[in-house]
Amino acid sequence: MSLLEIQNLSVRFGDDGAPPVVDGLDLSVDRGEVLAIVGESGSGKSVTMMALMGLIDAPGKVAANRLRFSDQDLLSLKGRQRRRLIGKDLAMVFQDPMTALNPSYTVGFQIEEVLRQHLGLKGKAARQRALELLERVEIPGAASRLDAYPHQLSGGMSQRVAIAMAIAGEPQLLIADEPTTALDVTIQAQIMELLLSLQRDQDMALILITHDLAVVAETAQRVCVMYAGQAVETGRVPTLFDAPAHPYTEALLASIPEQSDNRRLATLPGIVPGRYDRPAGCLLSPRCPYAQPRCTERPALEPYDRGEVRCFFPRNMTPDEAPEVLPEAQRPSQPPGEHHVQ
Amino acid sequence: MSSIETLPAAEPTAYYPSPLREFWSAFKRNKGALGGLIFMLMLVVCALFASVLAPYNPTEQFRDFLLTPPAWQEGGTSQFLLGTDELGRDMLSRLVHGARLSLLIGLASVVFSLVPGILLGLLAGFSPTRLGPFIMRLMDIMLALPSLLLAVAIVAILGPGLINTIFAIAIVSLPSYVRLTRAAVMTELNRDYVTASRLAGAGTLRLMFISVLPNCMAPLIVQATLSFSSAILDAAALGFLGLGVQPPTPEWGTMLASARDYIERAWWVVSLPGLAILLSVLAINLLGDGLRDALDPKLKNAA
Repeated sequence: MSLLEIQNLSVRFGDDGAPPVVDGLDLSVDRGEVLAIVGESGSGKSVTMMALMGLIDAPGKVAANRLRFSDQDLLSLKGRQRRRLIGKDLAMVFQDPMTALNPSYTVGFQIEEVLRQHLGLKGKAARQRALELLERVEIPGAASRLDAYPHQLSGGMSQRVAIAMAIAGEPQLLIADEPTTALDVTIQAQIMELLLSLQRDQDMALILITHDLAVVAETAQRVCVMYAGQAVETGRVPTLFDAPAHPYTEALLASIPEQSDNRRLATLPGIVPGRYDRPAGCLLSPRCPYAQPRCTERPALEPYDRGEVRCFFPRNMTPDEAPEVLPEAQRPSQPPGEHHVQ
Repeated sequence: MSSIETLPAAEPTAYYPSPLREFWSAFKRNKGALGGLIFMLMLVVCALFASVLAPYNPTEQFRDFLLTPPAWQEGGTSQFLLGTDELGRDMLSRLVHGARLSLLIGLASVVFSLVPGILLGLLAGFSPTRLGPFIMRLMDIMLALPSLLLAVAIVAILGPGLINTIFAIAIVSLPSYVRLTRAAVMTELNRDYVTASRLAGAGTLRLMFISVLPNCMAPLIVQATLSFSSAILDAAALGFLGLGVQPPTPEWGTMLASARDYIERAWWVVSLPGLAILLSVLAINLLGDGLRDALDPKLKNAA
């Protein structure tokens, strides 16, 4: 049974008529698995994770048929119970390390606070464990860094501290929301290496949100490609890279500079549809180079041999493996589950 | 044979100055602020040891020495260094005792507006849809009235006196604290570390007072010092209008008011309390400027 199971998750802001920011997302993560979620800005990657953590505030609305994390139903957890679970078994690393630490407290204090809260460690024991954690994330001179304030650390070091705080509760699932975007390239590689070695050593699952496809290719076992709040393709690495089924995935891969064989970089014209210009049919259709008349209907996510795809005319398919993709409206869909707003 | 010497890889042990030391080294670079601090310390010493430092009782009347000029002037005596007022009371003693009152008014009104101001500001920042607008509109109404007029109105309702003056000044300066706190809270709430502490299981109270509030303190400390000086000014103004501290209590503004009839005959009776107000307000403002420079990291790097 998978560690995390999300079924038909929707997040919308504003009234019920507003288009959802996350639309009917299904996702599952197994223990010890590395799942990458990719997609351009505004495709709903981060909002999905916020919804999972229960951090969507009113007027945001979260609905799902199922939101399970290691036998616990996240939808029915309330207040104190939820706080006890999240942060311990389910932790997160943020994009910008410079704002992820509280500037008013020393690094040591902040790590010890997590240890106190979730493991009940106090005094010397907490300090000792905080030191071990800093050493585990390979901070040089760890003992003296305990008394440093965040502004006295570099970006890479701050991110290491943030990772140390995230793994303090020995989580089963770590969500890394673009953990290397704010860092320079040499540090990026180190931080990714660190995250992966932690993931292997502690056998925790890792959800990696990124738009760096090179990182995905090297680290993840499975990929979920999101576009405008929907999963458009899921698949395993490296098959998804070799034969992308969805035109959007294909376009994403073509836009990597290293993959480009022409002098000009391949781009996908246009931007992700916003709240007021959502097309009626396939959400990619206005930008898709292969759009056909049938694309005015909205396709459903359909499983096939190598993964799932949401396209009537998937790419790189042999005729016998191509799934028959039905319009979303014709699929027997479950009504959205109980609402919870937090 | 030449050999390349390799230094043993040093374990990087960083030394971090304590925040207080860092603050002090930034603060002492500002000479004006340092001067302000020294003057303030003198005022505090005067206030604390007023009864020891002052040569006479501030209300004792020397009927033989009405309006005696200061010692260095013609007709002055060394008995009264800064001269006497219209009732023959020693000016130096009155000024020294006045420092006590001014500091008390400043401190008390800052505390009485800072604490509720921070609480209301936190509430407004954390509840942007319900309680927040209500609090902010209330503060807007208070800001719409001229502050001195509002203070006069409050004193007129409560009646003149030391405590009521303090309350009036505290109420008048409340909105600026609320607005400042709310603005700081709103910017801090969008930072990742707040999300991180929510994730780590922090409840609303913990978020308010432990995660967010310490990061909002820098502008509040500066505002507190600056409103300290405006509290002294307001108290002097209320005293001058006869609504503040009542005679014969030696308050600087009250002293000014009762001396204004003698402005042509005896300059010292008016100038000395005025000078005391001027210097202490100037000192506090310089101090506040220095605090802001030392506490605000953005300005710190620019200097």
